[in-house]
Amino acid sequence: MPSSVTATSGAVTLLVGTRKGAFLLRSDGSRRTWRLSAPIFLGHIVHHVVSDPRDRRTILMAASTGHLGPTIFRSTDAGKTWTEATTPPAFPKVPDGEKGRSVGHIFWLTPCHANEPNSWYAGTSPQGLFRSDDGGLTWTPFSYINIDPQYIEWMGTVQDGTPDGPKLHSIIVDPRNPKHLYFGMSGGGVHESTDGGKTFKTLIQGLDVVEGFDRSTPTMHDPHCIRMCPGYPDRLYQQNHCGIYRIDRPSNEWVRIGRNMPKKVGDIGFPMVVHPRHADIAWVFPMDGGTVWPRVSPDGKPAAYVTKNAGKSWSRQDKGFPRSNAWWTVKRQAMTGDAHDPAGLYIGTTQGEVWASRNEGAAWTCIARHLPEIYSVEAALLGR
Amino acid sequence: MTVHIPSALQSYTAQQREIEVTAATVAEALSELNRRYPGFRFRIVTEQDTVRPHMRIFVNETQTFQLNASIQQEDHVYIVCALSGG
Repeated sequence: MPSSVTATSGAVTLLVGTRKGAFLLRSDGSRRTWRLSAPIFLGHIVHHVVSDPRDRRTILMAASTGHLGPTIFRSTDAGKTWTEATTPPAFPKVPDGEKGRSVGHIFWLTPCHANEPNSWYAGTSPQGLFRSDDGGLTWTPFSYINIDPQYIEWMGTVQDGTPDGPKLHSIIVDPRNPKHLYFGMSGGGVHESTDGGKTFKTLIQGLDVVEGFDRSTPTMHDPHCIRMCPGYPDRLYQQNHCGIYRIDRPSNEWVRIGRNMPKKVGDIGFPMVVHPRHADIAWVFPMDGGTVWPRVSPDGKPAAYVTKNAGKSWSRQDKGFPRSNAWWTVKRQAMTGDAHDPAGLYIGTTQGEVWASRNEGAAWTCIARHLPEIYSVEAALLGR
Repeated sequence: MTVHIPSALQSYTAQQREIEVTAATVAEALSELNRRYPGFRFRIVTEQDTVRPHMRIFVNETQTFQLNASIQQEDHVYIVCALSGG
């Protein structure tokens, strides 16, 4: 499938968000050696750290602490210094006597379209969608969904979401059209706008839900991670609570491609990564989603799985990983790739290790260990 | 009155642990602190004007969740990170 995305080269910086602060891992030009920074905002709960590909210097960090409310820190010098948002994402104040929502934590950050410099989207828990048009300093609710009764119903309550609270995530901007947006809600399904957020429609056809529930109800849908193929934006992949899927637009129906995974591994997990140029190639990192949902690598044997034919078949990639008794897994935002050729892949584990592959998953090397529990890993090419 | 700042918020106050402010209510005291130290209030109080779950405010020795609670100039206001189970 042809791609207009060109390969990158040079040193990669991994932006690592953890339960106890953020870290930067910088590579040499060959991605063979890595240097770990000192902790940034040690003790803060950091859900996401994302760089701005439009200037290669700005980094936003979604942070809170065990006690303090949520905020966003911003660096405009590639992580050397940080300032705090003056107006972090917050729901509208409701009249006295009414029950309003309060942002518990900011979970997801996405730069807006390349033609919208300094603009960002943020997803929160409880689920909300926010936008900044000044580089992350001030944030306002975006679109109507934060106060729409139908969306509020679909978002459900705390008991309908993940253990750490329901999350709005996977905010995706079509590189061809800034008004074409997607996002996912756990739970609440997948949603699409083609008019810059004035309206959204559900995109849940073909997705399974937990047995016995109504798949036509968005509340029952739990997308874990949605990715758009950079080289072919009409194709999206999704790791869902109930399997792995692909959709090729303009079709509105997701196809469960996880049925082709090995039966004893299954197709449950959280992260998903797509190849920077080849839309038939994607990776998942399966998790044990049986019985009580142990949320560890199946059988204690971690591995990525890759498809090179859009989900028709999958291959195990575990060279370098522990062969047994490795009871960790990889969270939703903690698997990513770079755009080099061959592409690099990176995971951060729940036990504080960062693993890298310089060859599209063929072999893995641990490049950092003994970090706090890792919540997110993003790859960046930062300017000097 | 004197507002006592917990360690978690002293990064906002240039490491000052006690701040003198003039205010008639807890809300006014927090607003004044937020004016001096932007972002300070939102770490303690939600957008719905409720004290965050693991934060506590005491006026002298009395805990209050009411931001409109009156305070006197000789009072001490304590902002406390709660002992949330650990």
